[in-house]
Amino acid sequence: MTDHVTDAPGAAITWHHLDPDDHDHGGGATVLGFWIYLMSDALIFASLFAMFGVVSTSYAGGPVPRQIFDLPLVALNTALLLASSITFGQAMPHMEAGRIGPTRLWLAVTGLLGAAFVGIELYEFSHLIAEGAGPQRSAFLSAFFTLVGTHGAHVTVGLIWIATMLIQIGQHGLTGEMRRRVMCLSMFWHFLDIIWIGVFNFVYLYGVIR
Amino acid sequence: MSTHSLHAAPGPQGSARGHGSRRGYRIGAVLSIILTVVPFWLVMSGALPDPAVTAAIIFALALVQIVVHVVSFLHLDTQSEGGWTLLAFLFTAVIVVLTIGGSVWVMYHLNANMMPMPDSATSTMR
Repeated sequence: MTDHVTDAPGAAITWHHLDPDDHDHGGGATVLGFWIYLMSDALIFASLFAMFGVVSTSYAGGPVPRQIFDLPLVALNTALLLASSITFGQAMPHMEAGRIGPTRLWLAVTGLLGAAFVGIELYEFSHLIAEGAGPQRSAFLSAFFTLVGTHGAHVTVGLIWIATMLIQIGQHGLTGEMRRRVMCLSMFWHFLDIIWIGVFNFVYLYGVIR
Repeated sequence: MSTHSLHAAPGPQGSARGHGSRRGYRIGAVLSIILTVVPFWLVMSGALPDPAVTAAIIFALALVQIVVHVVSFLHLDTQSEGGWTLLAFLFTAVIVVLTIGGSVWVMYHLNANMMPMPDSATSTMR
């Protein structure tokens, strides 16, 4: 957009139309726009949580949470995702200081933790389906697979995004555009960790004690 | 109290690069680990005899942890983007509470007010 502006003669003044504090984020309106996207994504998850809440005791004579949820595995998964959120936070100051190596290292660690999370979740899903506790068994299990699966799909997209950033930082260095992209990815990743707080408390822990 | 200190942390560095308050981030990381371990411990050890009390505690801790993550990891404060991120967040929070709370409330009462059915009919429907 700015390229077009500078092509026009005498238009250099338009470079200054942004507020000075917008430069802090390396993205200006992008950060606010991405924030709005995250909020809309939160609404999607809210509707999935609401659906799960409504049918969470509709077992149709099938398995109940206490029988099928493996809490040590859920605890491990929670630890992996929380750790990945913290390691992503380690990457950010390195990125702001322009250190390419440590930024990529911490991003790669975050990606590995996220991949382990998705791997364990897929193992859990396949285990449940093999036990006959698949999504078609009861309304409870349909809602469970939809909610947790949607979260897992988001994390998978986040992994693709991390891999893309690792490659692009290698190609372009930490330019303003790259910082903006990693900034948005950081918000996306922390957001998914927040959704997981709802999942492990309301779905797994509450499911086991009710 | 913890929320207050987290809010205070971004202050000194706000004029430098926006999203890098290390102290608020570290406090948030420690708090989030505690707020994750405690609910798992409560449920897995069965420390409290009454499940309803355990449920109330883990729900309360979940809400606290969500606030901690939003403040220390997503850096939500009253200043960034001229307050628009906070406004959007509060609006979303209202809708989320209405959606989840309203659905569960309405459907719970719908179920409670249904005529009782024989077990066989109930199990095929539910």
